[in-house]
Amino acid sequence: MSTLVITDLHVKIEDKEILKGVNLTINTGEIHAIMGPNGTGKSTLASAIMGHPKYEVTQGSITLDGEDVLEMEVDERARAGLFLGMQYPSEISGVTNADFMRSAMNARREEGDEISLMKFIRELDKKMDVLDMDQDMAQRYLNEGFSGGEKKRNEILQMMMIKPKIAVLDEIDSGLDIDALKVVSEGVNQMRGEDFGCLIITHYQRLLNYITPDHVHVMMQGRVVKSGGEELSHKLEAEGYDWIKAELGIEDETVGQEA
Amino acid sequence: MEGETNVTVETNIKVTEQDVRSFSASHKEPEEFTNLRIQALAAAEALPLPKPDKTKIDKWNFTEFPVHAVESSTYSSLEELPEEVKSVVDLEQKNIYIQHNNTPAYSALSEDLKAKGVILTDIFTAIREHSDLVGKYFMKEAVRAEEHKLTSLHAALLNGGVFLYVPKNVEIEEPVQVVFIHDDEQASLFNHVLVVADTSSKVTYVENYFSTIPHSNGLANIVSEVIAEDNASITYGAVDVLAEGFTTYVNRRGIAKRDARIEWAIGMMNDSDTISENTTHLIGDNSIGDTKMVVVGRGTQKQNFTTQVIHWGKNSDGQILKHGVMKDSASSIFNGIGKIEHGATKANAEQESRVLMLSPAARGDANPILLIDEDDVTAGHAASVGRVDPLQLYYLMSRGITKQEAERLVIHGFLAPVVNVLPIEGVKKQLTEVIERKVR
Repeated sequence: MSTLVITDLHVKIEDKEILKGVNLTINTGEIHAIMGPNGTGKSTLASAIMGHPKYEVTQGSITLDGEDVLEMEVDERARAGLFLGMQYPSEISGVTNADFMRSAMNARREEGDEISLMKFIRELDKKMDVLDMDQDMAQRYLNEGFSGGEKKRNEILQMMMIKPKIAVLDEIDSGLDIDALKVVSEGVNQMRGEDFGCLIITHYQRLLNYITPDHVHVMMQGRVVKSGGEELSHKLEAEGYDWIKAELGIEDETVGQEA
Repeated sequence: MEGETNVTVETNIKVTEQDVRSFSASHKEPEEFTNLRIQALAAAEALPLPKPDKTKIDKWNFTEFPVHAVESSTYSSLEELPEEVKSVVDLEQKNIYIQHNNTPAYSALSEDLKAKGVILTDIFTAIREHSDLVGKYFMKEAVRAEEHKLTSLHAALLNGGVFLYVPKNVEIEEPVQVVFIHDDEQASLFNHVLVVADTSSKVTYVENYFSTIPHSNGLANIVSEVIAEDNASITYGAVDVLAEGFTTYVNRRGIAKRDARIEWAIGMMNDSDTISENTTHLIGDNSIGDTKMVVVGRGTQKQNFTTQVIHWGKNSDGQILKHGVMKDSASSIFNGIGKIEHGATKANAEQESRVLMLSPAARGDANPILLIDEDDVTAGHAASVGRVDPLQLYYLMSRGITKQEAERLVIHGFLAPVVNVLPIEGVKKQLTEVIERKVR
């Protein structure tokens, strides 16, 4: 079992503190969902876990199986077992999707032990089938000219190929129609198991109809303010966030970002 | 030598008319050609250097070199080629010319093409045996000897090169390959390439300048003339990998006549200081010029790449795509010129220049120029100079790819639009490997 532990995490971007003490523990075998209105720090948490260059951790710690994640470079975090499905993946011209993914997989293997081309293609074809992706996507340049939905599927495809210990999915459902949402959910559900933990960040309860979370957390003002089981997401769907604000005496749930 | 105290090495040869005469005679050149050389030599004294925009070259050495020509070995089969050269040549390649420094070293042309009248031969043989064709095209339409000091020196000192002629209506499917091997520090390359595609013919020509030694004391003054007669089509691929120490002037110029097409795919991978001019004259109506060029500069290299398409014909279409990568304290100027002459109605001139800087001391200027003397035309340009996008690196690294590998991927991707269109697999692979070596 692997465990990602986030303790008292404070993060700022361009001198503005966004996260103000986040505590969260994710084990493999568990699916966590973080919900919350816009501007409460959810995506910042995702970026800080992966090591986005613009985010600065000012206090607290992140560890993966006891190893200090904050001391690691972005690529080291990934090879240690972390994955971030991004909200806005970069487009990289001239690099095919397939070449990129093979590089990513080989980065985890010793020199001389690279994955064989045949094996790679077989695996890629299989996963692309699950995600209902056109075979020609493999030879297209990475994310270049991809539609919003294609980009999201491509993020999930990478996750399925790389098989991380802990994946963070940052608004993987935004902008997806219901069919695409089902397909993406199927990808995540196939990964589900004792060797895989997941943190799903979303605005919408809808996604959680297809991926049942073990734990649901609510973020406000740069902190996790409430945690519960799957039932919490249903309550949020039915009643919104106001009852939590009332319960905790919060007036403005955001961290002061412009909406 | 015993008693010899003067150990000064003579490196500054001043070529005299007599030297040129005897060089010409040793190659049994016809009198007109000898005279052309002599006139050019005389003219060179007074003619000015070319003036590549934004690069001052008056202190560069374009005139002093160790020897006019060196004698190198020939090859009786492709099997005998040096190992590193073999990697760019398919041993099954039937239509090929190989030059070893200044020596025509190997030449082959399939029986089928010979029967169709195709000519592929070293330039000396062409001057002797095909004086009608050479006389018609050599430094007549594309490049003129009297343009400036370097073109005249080139004509006077020509010491290598190749002639390819494709007769009317002949279409050659397989690429014709030419390799210029450089492995003698004393060698200078005054190579002249003349490619003529006669009416409605079609050919793909790919050349390689290949230094297998790291340093040169010589000059490279290279001229390619590429003539596409009416309705002809020429694809011209080139990968230049000349050693540090050369002063390189390379002028590749095309003439596209009515309905003709010239496509260039050029990888400029020299380690030498380099002035490159690549011009396509779209003379005929409906002619097409397509130029793709990639460049990598490193060390303290200074380079200037001027790429021009000049529209004379109506409805002519010119495209320029240049991608350059600069590292260390290399500096490069990328001049892109789209010129539409009066009368070239419905012409379209497009260009794009992108420069990627890998280190703070590197310099790259993209300088797009449109000169338009006609109203009814379309034209456009895009240019950018920038660094590797940190968010792209972040994205790649977030999948476990190291920073170095991520940079490599981004750079390869950046240069892919040209690398991918090179028509010979071995040459494409070579270019990829050279890029790898140069950007590491």
